[in-house]
Amino acid sequence: MISGRCAACKSQRRKCPSDCIFSPYFPPNDPQRFACVHRIYGCSNVGKMLQQMPVQMRAQAVDTLYMEARWRIEDPVYGCVKLISQLHQNLNDTESELAKVKALIAFHKLQISQVNELHQPDLDASQSNVEQFQFNYSTQNHYPWFIN
Amino acid sequence: MASSSSYNSPCAACKFLRRKCMPDCIFAPYFPPEEPQKFANVHKIFGASNVSKLLNEVLPHQREDAVNSLAYEAEARIKDPVYGCVGAISVLQRQVIRLQKELDATNAEMIRYTNTCTEIIPTHHHHHDAATRMLGNNEGPDVGGSSSSLLAQSPSSAAFYYPSPWNNDLSGDAFHHIH
Repeated sequence: MISGRCAACKSQRRKCPSDCIFSPYFPPNDPQRFACVHRIYGCSNVGKMLQQMPVQMRAQAVDTLYMEARWRIEDPVYGCVKLISQLHQNLNDTESELAKVKALIAFHKLQISQVNELHQPDLDASQSNVEQFQFNYSTQNHYPWFIN
Repeated sequence: MASSSSYNSPCAACKFLRRKCMPDCIFAPYFPPEEPQKFANVHKIFGASNVSKLLNEVLPHQREDAVNSLAYEAEARIKDPVYGCVGAISVLQRQVIRLQKELDATNAEMIRYTNTCTEIIPTHHHHHDAATRMLGNNEGPDVGGSSSSLLAQSPSSAAFYYPSPWNNDLSGDAFHHIH
């Protein structure tokens, strides 16, 4: 039983040869997949990209191209880059929070050690000690340009 | 070559495509001749025709950001033809999850210390409050929640733990090379 044309060849209105580079990754029952990828990258560019990589990597490549194409269709200005910048922002926020909590722990440890030495903590001095704890966390800002 | 844009050299796109750069060239504002690689990358992945259609779909004030994000994606895809930006997203998500777990554990540790301080220093509470005020608000953003809500908004969000060549590089150094 000869299967029908792949979604790519159907879209391009051409015969689907037996060695069609698209057919393993663009089945005829999912025309949307090829439509998205074609709209953003173009059939010819996708074909070139697939030809330049090992066969065993092509399925994953098509999956990621499809993901990025869908993002770009949903957000024509930023595509998936917006998510990348948001993840960077999340990372920075979490690092900041972690640094604060670690500093608080250090402060409490100091208090406890002072009490354990049977030394009544000088309340003003112990508070000023907190200022000595440096926030030495790094925030590697590799943001896309549009994130401050 | 006679050109209507006689005061300016052709933009990088028109130079690459070997055509006259007209005054109303859609590429000219965003692909200056000093950055030929930017257009070369975008053209390789998306094609000039697709980029032109995309620019015509967005408002003029958004085009610069659109071009820059396309250039970013194109560069990522050239450096990693299989995973492109999706690989970077996967690495960043893992980092966020790892850091969030570390934050949760550290918060639990802080609660233990706070309780210990309360037991041994009865008047501790206002010291802790003072320390908290000095360090800023302890209530950070709900990073885990915000991450997961972002993922919920994006397409194929359920498929996000994507295996990538950067799986062994949780520091994201490989992604940093892109930018």
